[in-house]
Amino acid sequence: MNHSRMKWITIVATLGSLMMLATAGCHHAPPPPPPATPPPPQPTASLTANPNSIQRGESTTLTWQTTNATAVTLESIGAVQANGSQQVTPTESTTYRLTAKGSGGTQEATARVTVTQPQAPPTTAAQSDEEMFNQNVKDAFFDYDKSDIRPDAQQALMADAAFLQQHPNIRFTIEGHCDERGSTEYNLGLGDRRAAAAKGFLVQQGVSADRIRTISYGKEKPFCTEHTEECWQQNRRGHLVFQH
Amino acid sequence: MRRFLAWSAVVLFCFSLPAFSQDWIRTGTGLGVEKVRLAAADFKVATADASNPQLQQVFDDVLWNDLANAGIFDMVSKSFYPLQTPGTPQELNITAWGNPPPNASMLAFGNLGVTGGDLQVQGWLFDAKNVSAPQVLGKQYKEPASRESARDIAHKFAAEIIFRLGGGIPAITDSKVFFISTRSGHKEVWGMDYDGANQHQITRLGSISLSPRISPDGNRLAFTTYARGGPDIVIWSLELNRFLTFPKFGGTNASPAWAPDGTKLLFSSSRNGDPEIYLVNDNGSGLKRLTAYKGVDISPVWNPKTAAQIAWVSDRAGLPQIYIMDADGANVQRMTDGGYAVSPSWSPSGQFLLFSWSRKWGPGEPGGQDIYIMDIASRQWVQLTREGRNDFPSWAPDGRHIVFQSNRSGSDQIWTMLADGSQQHQLTFTGSNTMPNWSWK
Repeated sequence: MNHSRMKWITIVATLGSLMMLATAGCHHAPPPPPPATPPPPQPTASLTANPNSIQRGESTTLTWQTTNATAVTLESIGAVQANGSQQVTPTESTTYRLTAKGSGGTQEATARVTVTQPQAPPTTAAQSDEEMFNQNVKDAFFDYDKSDIRPDAQQALMADAAFLQQHPNIRFTIEGHCDERGSTEYNLGLGDRRAAAAKGFLVQQGVSADRIRTISYGKEKPFCTEHTEECWQQNRRGHLVFQH
Repeated sequence: MRRFLAWSAVVLFCFSLPAFSQDWIRTGTGLGVEKVRLAAADFKVATADASNPQLQQVFDDVLWNDLANAGIFDMVSKSFYPLQTPGTPQELNITAWGNPPPNASMLAFGNLGVTGGDLQVQGWLFDAKNVSAPQVLGKQYKEPASRESARDIAHKFAAEIIFRLGGGIPAITDSKVFFISTRSGHKEVWGMDYDGANQHQITRLGSISLSPRISPDGNRLAFTTYARGGPDIVIWSLELNRFLTFPKFGGTNASPAWAPDGTKLLFSSSRNGDPEIYLVNDNGSGLKRLTAYKGVDISPVWNPKTAAQIAWVSDRAGLPQIYIMDADGANVQRMTDGGYAVSPSWSPSGQFLLFSWSRKWGPGEPGGQDIYIMDIASRQWVQLTREGRNDFPSWAPDGRHIVFQSNRSGSDQIWTMLADGSQQHQLTFTGSNTMPNWSWK
């Protein structure tokens, strides 16, 4: 039998039943209203994050519960079960949104996770002038009985000049030193000329002269005391010292 | 041995006669003057005081050392002396001393003893070959008894003998040597008697101090120190026990030297950018630059006899050399012909320079760093040391003795010798001792 004939029979039968009911008890009380079909229940949703404050790189667990929902989605994750939990590792503070949809409607729940950045490592900008001076500024070395700035000393002093021009507040002393072999008095003079030569070279390279003090120590403050050419060379120098 | 003595006597005799001819340093022949054969007996104890033996020992030792070190005597060994010790001329058997075995020309003898807290000494110098009229000297001394006074009297008596027998040149027995010592932990200025006794610390700066130079009057010490930041020249008064005012000149200031009249100083300063020789009054006024040549100019010293010339060290020709010039800076002359020459000291007679020289060639025994003596007029020189590294020679006021620094014992120490290089012996033994300077009297 086809659908439209079925439908016509149902309507007639229903109307017939209704008329029979109405006439069977026929008295003057109004007929009771037909019972209403209760509407479908509203979905419920709850969402928590535990812990709700983490450091960047750490994880937190989202836990949710819903009722009366047929479709539950958790933002940024997708469709999820009606009840469940999920570990997440957000890199920034995030508000998670749970949406529960059911025949009774839609319910949302949110949970906020705060992400704090960890302590930043010390940057080079915090290193002191003196530390940088000691790391970057090199001494100039001299030949026996000479105060000429030889090629390796020129290189060292040019690099020093570049550093010093980048740090224009730094003031320093150039000490002139000699090896043990010469005479005490003459070496005071030779040390003076070495310090003066190194200062002159730096000034030529653009370092302001009033940043530079000089002093000769002759052979009075050696850096080593062995009687070898190696040690003697170590002592023949213009030694640059940071000035507080 | 006798020829060597003869030669030494010639050399020494010439030191006391500045007018002598000038090429004697190398050839050294001719006069044949011998040193005086001197006997110095132990002094007889004349009283019964308990401290006599100790004081007698000190007196005898100091007297003997002063005479033996004088450089003009051939001391007769005590093992040749007659057994009987004379205490007075009455007790003396003079022919026993003038004949062999002692065969002395001169005899020093006498007595000493403590009486009532005073040390009393009687001393004589007798000519042992002049039996009829032997007395040359007779002296008496009295001082409160102590080791120091025993030393002091012995020095005085020796000075009389040396003066009388040494051609009229005052003895050095009371003179002093100033030097730098590290034994306190820092380089400080120290002083001592000329024979190495009584070594004592003078400065207590706790810094680095160098180049002590005593003034002609013996009261003021000029030296270089880092105690004020430095290197600066300062002047310490030995009598007032404090610093005298002297300016801080800026740059490296070093090697002060006193003028013979004590009113001026020479020194080296780089206050104008390059170490040059400057002249200044002792109160710091009247600063005047004497050299104007790029390079190190340092270690100036006056001609002590004329005050008309200055010797100093300059490296204007490369390695440091000795130069002389007039006191106003004119007439510069180079004295050394090469090597590394430093630390000039001008003799009291004005005739000679001492200095320290490293030569690598030429006659003698070059190769080390040694003390040399040079006759200024002829530029002829003699090498005086041959061992270790030797520096900072300083003339004694008698022109017969030299004090210097040597490391031949293993560490830097002060040594002394006669001006011909003989009788070299060590004066200091503790710590490192350098840069000696002999007083002017």
